Amino acid sequence: MKITNIEELEEISRNVRRDIIEQVYKAKSGHPGSSLSCVEILAVLYFNQMNINPKEPKMEERDRLILSKGHASPALYSILAQKGYFPKEELKDFRKLGCRLQGHPDLKKLPGVDMSSGSLGQGLSVACGMALASKLKKQKNKIYCIVGDGELEEGQIWEAAMTASHYKLDNLCVIVDNNNLQIDGKIENVMNPKPIDKKFESFGFEVLEVDGHNIEKLIKIFEYAKQIQEKPTVIIAKTIKGKGVSFMENKAEWHGKAPNDEEYKNAINQL
Amino acid sequence: MNWDKKIATRQSYGEALAELGKESEKIIVLDADLSKTTKTEIFAKQFPDRFFDIGIAEQNLISVAAGIATFNFIPYVSSFAVFATGRAYDQIRNSIAYPKLNVKICATHSGVTAGEDGATHQMIEDISMMRTLPNMTVLSTSDDTQTRWAVKEIAKINGPVYLRLCRLASPIIYNDDTKFEIGKGHQFGEGTDGTVIATGIVVAEALKAQEKLKKQGIDIRVIDIHTIKPIDKDIIIKAAKETKKIITIEDHNIIGGLGSSVCEVLSTEYPKNVIRMGINDTFGTSGKGEELMKFFHITAEDIVNVYLNNTQN
Repeated sequence: MKITNIEELEEISRNVRRDIIEQVYKAKSGHPGSSLSCVEILAVLYFNQMNINPKEPKMEERDRLILSKGHASPALYSILAQKGYFPKEELKDFRKLGCRLQGHPDLKKLPGVDMSSGSLGQGLSVACGMALASKLKKQKNKIYCIVGDGELEEGQIWEAAMTASHYKLDNLCVIVDNNNLQIDGKIENVMNPKPIDKKFESFGFEVLEVDGHNIEKLIKIFEYAKQIQEKPTVIIAKTIKGKGVSFMENKAEWHGKAPNDEEYKNAINQL
Repeated sequence: MNWDKKIATRQSYGEALAELGKESEKIIVLDADLSKTTKTEIFAKQFPDRFFDIGIAEQNLISVAAGIATFNFIPYVSSFAVFATGRAYDQIRNSIAYPKLNVKICATHSGVTAGEDGATHQMIEDISMMRTLPNMTVLSTSDDTQTRWAVKEIAKINGPVYLRLCRLASPIIYNDDTKFEIGKGHQFGEGTDGTVIATGIVVAEALKAQEKLKKQGIDIRVIDIHTIKPIDKDIIIKAAKETKKIITIEDHNIIGGLGSSVCEVLSTEYPKNVIRMGINDTFGTSGKGEELMKFFHITAEDIVNVYLNNTQN
C-alpha cells in the first residue's frame, strides 16, 4: 500500500517526530537529534518506496533497510508501528526493561527490523552481504542502508564501499544522513569526513544529493536511484539534526539527551 | 591411531567444505585474501559463484557474512584465527552473535603452532574471546576425521559457530567411522591414575603421553574436548571423581581457554585441583611449529613430566 500523496507523507513525518519526542521523554534517554534528522528519509522509504508487507515481516522478496546509525531507533520504531508491524502503544516501552524496543534495534525481538545495529560502521557491510545474497538468489530485493555522516569516520565503511563497487551492487542504495554534527561537535572539527561526495565517487558509487527533508525530492531521487546499473548508489541527504524542534536544531548536545518536562511540552507544541 | 600419517586440520576443512558445497546450495564461503592457505580455495575452484573474496578487510568480511546469513544461506568464513577473531571481534559480537545469525567462522593458524610468522600471527586468545560470547558454539578439532565431521555437523546448528583449526600437520587419531557429537567429549581409556583433558592439536600429544605413562605402569585417561562450548560437564566431573590428577593442555593461553573452562565446571560441580598446561600468558615467537611445541612445553614429554613431578593431588 504505497502512499503517493505528499501531504499524507508529511503528516506521517509529523507523527514520527512526535513519537520520537514522546519515546525519548518517557525513557528519559535516547537520541532525539539524530532521530529527527532522518524522519523523511524513513517515511518515504517505508511508505512510498519499499516492497514490504507488515503481515509478512520475513517475506523473502521484501526490500531491506539497515539503520546502521542504530541510535536513531525511535524514528524507525515510530515508522514500524505506523506501518502496523507492532501495536503503537508499545512505543511507550522504548528502552524499558523487558521491552522489544531496545535502545538500538534488535532483529530478534522486533518484527520489521531487518538487522540489529548499534555498533557504528557495520551496517554497510551487512547491506553488501544482503545485496550479494539477493543477486545470488536472482531476486529483486532493494537493500537500503542509512548511515550517519559522523559514522563515515569508521574505517569499515570504506571497506564496505570498496566491496559494494567491486561486486557491482546496483541493488544497494546507501543514504548518508548528512546533518553535519556528531557527539563532540561539527563533523569537520571532530574528524573531517568531507568531501563525502568525492570520496564515494572515487570508490565507484553513483553519487546523488538531495534535501533530506523534502519528501517530493526524496521520492524523485529514490526513483532515479533505482535506474542505476552496474554500480551502487549513495544519496547524500542534506539534513538538520533535531529538525522540527527549534531548540534542538543544529545542536550537537541534543544528539543523545532527553528533554525535561518543560522542553518536552515546548517540543510537542511545536510539532 | 596412525602417528606417521599427518594432515593439517585446515586441509581437512578445505576438503570437507568442498564436499559440503556439493551437498548443499546454501553453503557460501568467504575469505579475506588467504584462500590458498586457509584452503577455502578448494571450494572456490569448484563453486566460484558461491565464493567471495572480500580482500584484506576482516571486519568487513564478518559483517558481509552476517548479511548473507539473513538470506537463509549458511556462510563459512575463513581467515587466520588472529584476524578472524581479534581484528573482527566487535563485528562478531554485534553483527553475528547478538542477532544469532547462522555464520560459521572457521579460523586456521590458531596457536603457537602457526609457526614461523611469529607472535602477530599466533592466536592464543581466540577460545577465550569466542566462548565468552553468548549464542556462540565453539569447536576446536584435533585431527582430520574429527574436522571433516565438524565441518559438516556445524551446518546443522542454526546459529553462530567458531571452529578452531591449525596450520601444522597433526596425526590422524580417529577411524573414519568414529561417532562424534557436539557437546560430548571423546574419552580414551578408563584409567584412574589421572586424566589429561586436551583440545586441538595437542590431543595427539596427550595420547602419546598416555602410552608413555602406561609403560611405567601408570594408567591415565585422555579426554578430547572438541566442543569447548557447550562443554561436556559430565565427562569432566566423572573424571574428577574417578581419577587422581587432572591436567588440561591446549595450544592457547592458559587464561580463558580449555583449562579455564574445565576449572569453571569443577569449581561449582566438584572442586578439585587442576593443572593447566598451555601457553603461560606470554606471546609466541618465530620457529617451526614442532619446535614451538617443545619451547612452550606442550608435548607428550612435557605432559609426562608434569604428571610425574606434580605432587599436589
